[in-house]
Amino acid sequence: MKKYRLIKAVISSAAAVALTCSLAACGNPSAGNEGAIRIGGSGPLTGPAAVYGNAVKAAAEMAVEEVNAKGGLQFVLDFEDDTHDAEKAVTAYGVLKDWGMQVSLATVTSAPGAAVAPMYQDDRIFAITPSGSSLAIIYRDPDNAADPYGNIYQMCFTDPNQGIASADYLSTHTDLGTKIAVIYKNDDNYSSGIYAKFKSQAEADGLEIVYTGTFDDSNASDFTVQLKQAQDAGADLVFLPIYYDPASLILTQANQMGYAPTFFGVDGMDGILTLEGFDTSLAEGVYLLTPFSADATDDLTKNFTDHYQKKMNDVPNQFAADAYDCVYAIAQACESAGVTPDMSASEICDKLTAQFTSMTFNGLTGQNVTWSASGEVSKSPKAVVIKDGVYVGVDN
Amino acid sequence: MKTKKKLPALMSAKYRGRTASYGCVLAGWLILEVMMHTGNLSSLFTSLLVPVCCYIVAAIGLNLNVGVSGELNLGQACFMSVGAFTAVCLSGSLARTIPAPLPRLILSILAGALIAAIFGILIGIPVLKLEGDYLAIVTLAFGQIVKSLITNMYLGVDENGFHFSFVDNQVNMAPGGKMLLNGPMGATGTERISTFTAGVILILLALIVVYHLMYSRSGRAIMAARDNRIAAESVGIGIFKTKMLAFAVSSCLAGAAGALYGLNYSTLVPAKFDFNTSILLLVYVVLGGLGNMTGTIVATVVLVLLPELLRSMQDYRMLIYAVVLILIMLLTNNETLKTWVQKLKKRYTAKGGTAHDTES
Amino acid sequence: MDFLSYLINGLGLGSVYAIIALGYTMVYGIAKMLNFAHGDVIMVGAYVAFFAISNLGLPLLPAVLLSIAVCTVLGVVIERLAYKPLRAASSLSVLITAIGVSYFLQNAAQLLWSSSTKVFPSVISNGGISWNGLTVSWLTLITISVCVLVMICLVLFINRTKTGRAMRACSEDKGASTLMGINVNLMISITFAIGSGLAAIASVLLCAAYPSVFPTLGAMPGIKAFTAAVFGGIGSIPGAFLGGLLLGVIEIFAKAYISTQLSDAIVFAVLILVLLIKPTGLLGKRIREKV
Repeated sequence: MKKYRLIKAVISSAAAVALTCSLAACGNPSAGNEGAIRIGGSGPLTGPAAVYGNAVKAAAEMAVEEVNAKGGLQFVLDFEDDTHDAEKAVTAYGVLKDWGMQVSLATVTSAPGAAVAPMYQDDRIFAITPSGSSLAIIYRDPDNAADPYGNIYQMCFTDPNQGIASADYLSTHTDLGTKIAVIYKNDDNYSSGIYAKFKSQAEADGLEIVYTGTFDDSNASDFTVQLKQAQDAGADLVFLPIYYDPASLILTQANQMGYAPTFFGVDGMDGILTLEGFDTSLAEGVYLLTPFSADATDDLTKNFTDHYQKKMNDVPNQFAADAYDCVYAIAQACESAGVTPDMSASEICDKLTAQFTSMTFNGLTGQNVTWSASGEVSKSPKAVVIKDGVYVGVDN
Repeated sequence: MKTKKKLPALMSAKYRGRTASYGCVLAGWLILEVMMHTGNLSSLFTSLLVPVCCYIVAAIGLNLNVGVSGELNLGQACFMSVGAFTAVCLSGSLARTIPAPLPRLILSILAGALIAAIFGILIGIPVLKLEGDYLAIVTLAFGQIVKSLITNMYLGVDENGFHFSFVDNQVNMAPGGKMLLNGPMGATGTERISTFTAGVILILLALIVVYHLMYSRSGRAIMAARDNRIAAESVGIGIFKTKMLAFAVSSCLAGAAGALYGLNYSTLVPAKFDFNTSILLLVYVVLGGLGNMTGTIVATVVLVLLPELLRSMQDYRMLIYAVVLILIMLLTNNETLKTWVQKLKKRYTAKGGTAHDTES
Repeated sequence: MDFLSYLINGLGLGSVYAIIALGYTMVYGIAKMLNFAHGDVIMVGAYVAFFAISNLGLPLLPAVLLSIAVCTVLGVVIERLAYKPLRAASSLSVLITAIGVSYFLQNAAQLLWSSSTKVFPSVISNGGISWNGLTVSWLTLITISVCVLVMICLVLFINRTKTGRAMRACSEDKGASTLMGINVNLMISITFAIGSGLAAIASVLLCAAYPSVFPTLGAMPGIKAFTAAVFGGIGSIPGAFLGGLLLGVIEIFAKAYISTQLSDAIVFAVLILVLLIKPTGLLGKRIREKV
């Protein structure tokens, strides 16, 4: 080992020099973009969850460009990578703070969001998360939904909210199926959060759950066992509170087995029709509760979908739509509160909290959207069914 | 190099490695504290201080295991996990009894270290009966099992006491109760009581423990068993016992590191301590040099900071990180470079006089 | 009937593990290294096959051949650039380099092909053989037969051909092999080529059964196959085959009869038990240490 020693000494001293330089260099926020309000945010841009972070980043950038093009208040966005990890989200928060962030999109995913939430509160920076749906992002005591941070808002539904809405919908639409099977991802916040509330609400509503199956990261490809057991239990409706990528595998494998119950998903299911290479006929007859669909024909959605497709060469999903709405909601609130770029983050925070609790917002993911003082959004999930490869609304 | 003349004993061959380690840590601590108090340290680096300390402590433990004892351990993260969740639960349930953060932090770290050490001994019994890559895969297996078990644990506390449930989330709590462990969501709403100073003290303690062990009778026995198992056995060294000692100390350090880590964030998910984290710790150890604690410290600091410093590269960040990792491994093992350094070293020693190496 | 149907599903899943494990075990046998980048070669294979079928419109077989060709070249290039310079270095240095290569492939794939999931086109028709209420899908049948075929070919190649024997000689003793005039570097390259080619075959079978293609696709099958290889006795070809099949069956049974939440923990617990009873895996050779 002797001979390595000097190499190591050289490498480590070089590293030490580089470090000291960087420690100082990172102290001053990068100049430029004076006169614009600094929006920060973080999400997974690399790693297994990268698809969500990249969608949010692209849509937020797009919204900022559009708002700036209108000529009013100007914004500038810095979106950092947090690899869906609480630790990296906290360091990303440090980077954003050094940069001089005044308003934030918080984080894309839940666990990192819960880690930075208290920091946003300590530093009095207003944040609205596009897709962090866990209660732990907005409440200091998520178990009792009490003690809200007050300056952190959500654009998406909370997990419990979706679980309850799904159970209520199924109890009033018994024609879809009465024997319910659930397959959820038990190492995922989002999925198990929805499942927990769905289960208790289903009991209250008198729904019959005949089978519950789970999967996790290490066996997220083979669903034959879960599907077979659901089939054997006589389930005629399978509730899937999961994201669209594993859902696509479930639909494919159910089709291979010749098992055809009604599949019922939540907003994470949105995106299944636009998966590259997915045979959309497999999703025929799938129900989902979603506030956004890329196939809608209103001008706002069409415009957004076209632009996004040009930019990313990909069809936007739920995450992108929520992020786009977040930026517009921030812009709207800043305009009406008279926020100017020279204000401090805490000043802006006070003005925006006052705005968000009183304003109404119309966006891609809902009309007449409002927020409660605790930061929860109120918008109605629409039930849609997939027919001939497109979403068709069904009356609630 | 001025200290060299003043402290000849500490710079002697026997103590040089140790002096370098302690010096490194204390100097780093002093510089960072000064920078922090004069407001020169950016938020990014402030946020990295505690996690870097945690990784250093866990990596020092792993180096004892891999470098000194010669066992390839691919499951170090699971001991961090055990320590972290023990500490978070303890701190959460003691919040009312002991409101002062410092005693609670110390107590939680001790508990985390203790429980992790017990786990280490339990897991060590089957693991240390195996050799080489079979041993490695069993540590990996235990890592996965522990992660899977913690992902399925639900523990709540309310005015009636603790409520525990496994696999099925059936914790019926009175309103106002608090979930300490919530399955895949792990722990949320943790009070952040870890401090950088606590981290530095932990590193120093880890170094003292590891060096004490390395240069003691048991340490020599451990290394003898690593270098030649049969020869060591033939002179009456109890292989299993010595290896177990190293394994237990290693997991104890990982547990303490995990405890400090867990109490530094308001939320902690079991998935954090997966196979990738174990591998990352192994990378720190190998890059720093097997058995070289100072190297481990430097490598950990550099590799934790590297992706942060590469943030300006945007999308290419992790790609460059990977390339740097490969290049470092290739360069440090390059024959031409090694002979070149050898020559340089000869010249250096000729000038510098009597520096002798006895460490391996 | 349930039992049989789970068993067959398990064998199907296990066959994929087995083919990947064969690649692991061959490389380990000759280069004595744990090639953690093997899983990511599978990912590359999957992307190549995906683009060949969806974008170039190739039929299945040419697409598989293309994928095999690309992976083989990739395997050899990785070996030459990243592992060969480390022939004399400690096995841990090689392990870390392999991890670096794995990170590199994953991130390169994300940059090249974006992080969004692509769905592998269905290449094998639905349906299958029904007998007494038990249905075995074509896919499972094909997967199992390909696996058996690959295994037989490999065993024949290793035992009957000159190259195969040379490879075995290298894995026993590199120094002596060099003295006998065997080009050790070439043999190692051939091993990597074969292993990576197998990874390509596995990738197509994997994606036919579980049609999601994404940059971190190879990570989990990689770990599972590594486990399977150790299970059967690392370095042993029939061992990898047996280990893969058993791992698949245990995984499916654990899910079906015990708990879907804990299936992973159960798989690894069985592995630990087996290694405690047979410390070198099911078919691994016990190398006696000479003093």
